[in-house]
Amino acid sequence: MNAPNASGWKPEMTPDDGGAPATSTGNRALMLEEPLIFEIGQAETTGVDFPAFDPPATSRLGGLGRTSPIGLVGLSEPQTVRHYTRLSRQNYAIDLGLFPLGSCTMKHNPRLNEKMARLPGFADIHPMQPASTVQGALEVMNELAHWLIELTGMHGVAMSPKAGAHGELCGILCIRAALEARGDAREVVLVPESAHGTNPATAAFAGYRVEDIPATPEGRVDVAALKARLGPDVAAVMITNPNTCGLFERDFREIADAVHAAGGFVYCDGANFNAIVGKVRPGDLGVDAMHINLHKTFSTPHGGGGPGSGPVVLSEALSPFGPLPFTARTADGVVHLVEEDNAAEYDHVQAFGRMTAFHGQMGMFTRALTYILSHGADGLKQVAEDAVLNANYVLRSLEDLLEAPFAASGPCMHEALFSDNGLPDGLSTLDIAKGLIDEGYHPMTVYFPLVVHGAMLVEPTETESKASLDQFIGAFRHVAERARAGDMALKQAPVYAPRRRLDETQAARKPVLAWQDRGD
Amino acid sequence: MRYLPLTDTDRSAMLARVGAATIDDLFVDVPEAARLDGPIRGLPMHASEMAVERHMTRLAAKNMAAGSVPFFLGAGAYRHHVPATVDHIIQRGEFLTAYTPYQPEIAQGTLQMLFEFQTQVARLYGCAVANASMYDGSTACWEAVSMAARITRRKRVVLSGALHPHYAEVVRTMAKFTEDEIADALPTVQPEPDHAGLIGRIDETTSCVVVQYPDILGRISNLAEIAEAAHARGALLIVVNTEPVALGAIQSPGELGADIVVGEGQSLGVGLQFGGPYLGLFAVRDPKHVRQMPGRLCGETVDATGKRGFVLTLSTREQHIRREKATSNICTNSGLCALAFSVHMTLLGEAGLRQLAALNHARACHAADRLAQVPGVTLVNQTFFNEFTLKVGRNGRELVRELADRGILAGVSLARLYPGVANLDDGLLVAVTETTTPEDIETLASALEELLA
Repeated sequence: MNAPNASGWKPEMTPDDGGAPATSTGNRALMLEEPLIFEIGQAETTGVDFPAFDPPATSRLGGLGRTSPIGLVGLSEPQTVRHYTRLSRQNYAIDLGLFPLGSCTMKHNPRLNEKMARLPGFADIHPMQPASTVQGALEVMNELAHWLIELTGMHGVAMSPKAGAHGELCGILCIRAALEARGDAREVVLVPESAHGTNPATAAFAGYRVEDIPATPEGRVDVAALKARLGPDVAAVMITNPNTCGLFERDFREIADAVHAAGGFVYCDGANFNAIVGKVRPGDLGVDAMHINLHKTFSTPHGGGGPGSGPVVLSEALSPFGPLPFTARTADGVVHLVEEDNAAEYDHVQAFGRMTAFHGQMGMFTRALTYILSHGADGLKQVAEDAVLNANYVLRSLEDLLEAPFAASGPCMHEALFSDNGLPDGLSTLDIAKGLIDEGYHPMTVYFPLVVHGAMLVEPTETESKASLDQFIGAFRHVAERARAGDMALKQAPVYAPRRRLDETQAARKPVLAWQDRGD
Repeated sequence: MRYLPLTDTDRSAMLARVGAATIDDLFVDVPEAARLDGPIRGLPMHASEMAVERHMTRLAAKNMAAGSVPFFLGAGAYRHHVPATVDHIIQRGEFLTAYTPYQPEIAQGTLQMLFEFQTQVARLYGCAVANASMYDGSTACWEAVSMAARITRRKRVVLSGALHPHYAEVVRTMAKFTEDEIADALPTVQPEPDHAGLIGRIDETTSCVVVQYPDILGRISNLAEIAEAAHARGALLIVVNTEPVALGAIQSPGELGADIVVGEGQSLGVGLQFGGPYLGLFAVRDPKHVRQMPGRLCGETVDATGKRGFVLTLSTREQHIRREKATSNICTNSGLCALAFSVHMTLLGEAGLRQLAALNHARACHAADRLAQVPGVTLVNQTFFNEFTLKVGRNGRELVRELADRGILAGVSLARLYPGVANLDDGLLVAVTETTTPEDIETLASALEELLA
């Protein structure tokens, strides 16, 4: 085992720096403290030069010219570079190490994707340029749409949703529009317990009443309970597959057939599509609508919280209802971009409108297409296989030490689920997570899925080597062994991060959400 | 396969540890009938970096990049110069490839940046609190409408006719499902927007009035009377801004009485990108509305040793926690675009933003005067910042296509924004920024002189 502490080395300084001298700056060698821009910048400082210009003889601002200061401060270019470079060093990132976040799919972000998205022909074009001047961009949309349709076995794709949750909403609104078009007002959306937390929110936001469907003890949808609940009031079932327990829903086809027989639609949360891409086509399982988080399956950088991109693939029954702009395949196999002007031409007049001002996340489309072409048919399949192999390797390497509630349910897909069951009183999932930070890792997903108490969801992804998995497994084992042995020092973790545990209660009770000059 | 580190030797060893004979044993739960046996239809095998780059570069070359021609498009997306430093910073891996800062001890870089960003946006908008960004201006606009309905417990939304038609369409789309009632109108192509008509539509059931500032035709008008009328009837005023640079030159929406200010932040740091990803900005004037705000918030706190630090806070509002009781559709944000915006704002500072705004206005004044001299062209606006409306005496969409054939990207026609509305089809929206040169303006004017002769 290549665990970093395999040699038994212990740091000489205690976590509290008992013996370490204090520094006058608060800095510690390469770890530098950084004030806020408002504490170091000045109103008159700027890092940008402009050409000289003559002010107009008459201002056309309608008497509303600014009279009071905005309250901004500026930094020169060198100060700016230093400020943000110092801040960047206080972040963990996939470029620094493994990011085992279940359901979040933090994989390597190829730099070619970044380079391609920055080509002026893609980055420097306006969404309302005449079509004749953006043919290459429309080809990217069409080509990506084509592969999304092909990889999922679906009929059409709504490209505009801006993120996964936005895509979920889009899919459910398509379902609602289709039901309304046939004069069928249904009120309920069924959401299994193993679905993503955003699913119930989406259904409620679209005006539906949400009812939970329980999971079986082995972590899958309780098919009997679901079938028993189906009826003329059920608009849709929202299933995540592979689900958030990391398992493939074996009975998906049976569920889909039952839902269709009852007149409802099947929404599949596609957040975990990376585990089956090239191996299974959701359309063949009976899915009517599924969003694809391009950033997860096709590797757009997460960017510290976005932007995402969530195109929604649709079955033939739902395709006429996708929002504009929309991409659809005609009988000749060609994929077209449909907007307001040509909607009738493509028999797409039942679209429920726009969900966002423009075409969606073009920058992500470029990155995703670059990724798909780089991997090709063989590579995409290998992606799913390696992601699944890596997750099972983690599962089987830790199940002797940590309870793995569904380890007996069969192989996991792309993520391995553990729980804090069996840890001594007072120590929990959170302590293991914070302990992993001191070992140099971003923690796994914690307390999710909700069906498992003290859940820990580990998704290594396919871009981790065996050596990196072995080191991570070693670190995880080390922390878990400390927890099992009742090492209460874990309650203090992390001790080596730029900050110790932060007081989240104070932040919520007395919110300070903007900088105020305190005059001191 | 350059992105996949496992070797076949590794795979064998790992399968042995897992206890599987072949990889397909791990897909045993996938029904046989649903497995894809052959390769993906039509998709070639994996390709080298060189080959993919060649393909994508060819596609990019088919587009007319804004920077390569005289360029005048706006209507909610503006071309500004982005300092090289911005892209350098956002490409640092520790920002580019970081996760959402749910583990604050190792995400202080992102969190401090978001706190600074929130402060910059709140000040720019004249508000107390801004959130940590949303998808884009149009979805932020809908979220503001939805928030106003929650606060006022009313369902009637009054949209200004001079609100960006795509923003209005997003609100209409969503309202069909939430059963909000929409009262809206088409813009009046006149020097002044129709305030009286807008105010006349506000009643005791109105949750909010949504106006754009500067409006879709580029006009700038005092919102104070609308704010007063809305507040008198218990409604909130939502102000939409699609050009943040304008706020370096004109009074902030908060100063004019806006309750919620939303907008598109794309102008600063983000770039055109054919429509996305963009950056939704969202702020409230009254801090008591904070708990009704959608989206992420970053707050200041201390760590266990008393050091200042930052965390995501008030997250019990968010949909992954509230589940079916959630009040917004926001799950992620536009963190990296927020970083780009914030770095650009930091480089500009107060002095730089004001100078940038003044430069934009000066160029636009010059362009408006020059283009108004073209026979057959009428300048609609008396007021504007960097975008104005011309009447060109013929279908603007055709004119734009003809100008594009001559290598000039001339603006956005009202015919494209309002398809099928006859009395708007001769309108042309022209945007001018610091990237527009006097030569570009002369080129457009000369071409118009020829085409309208």
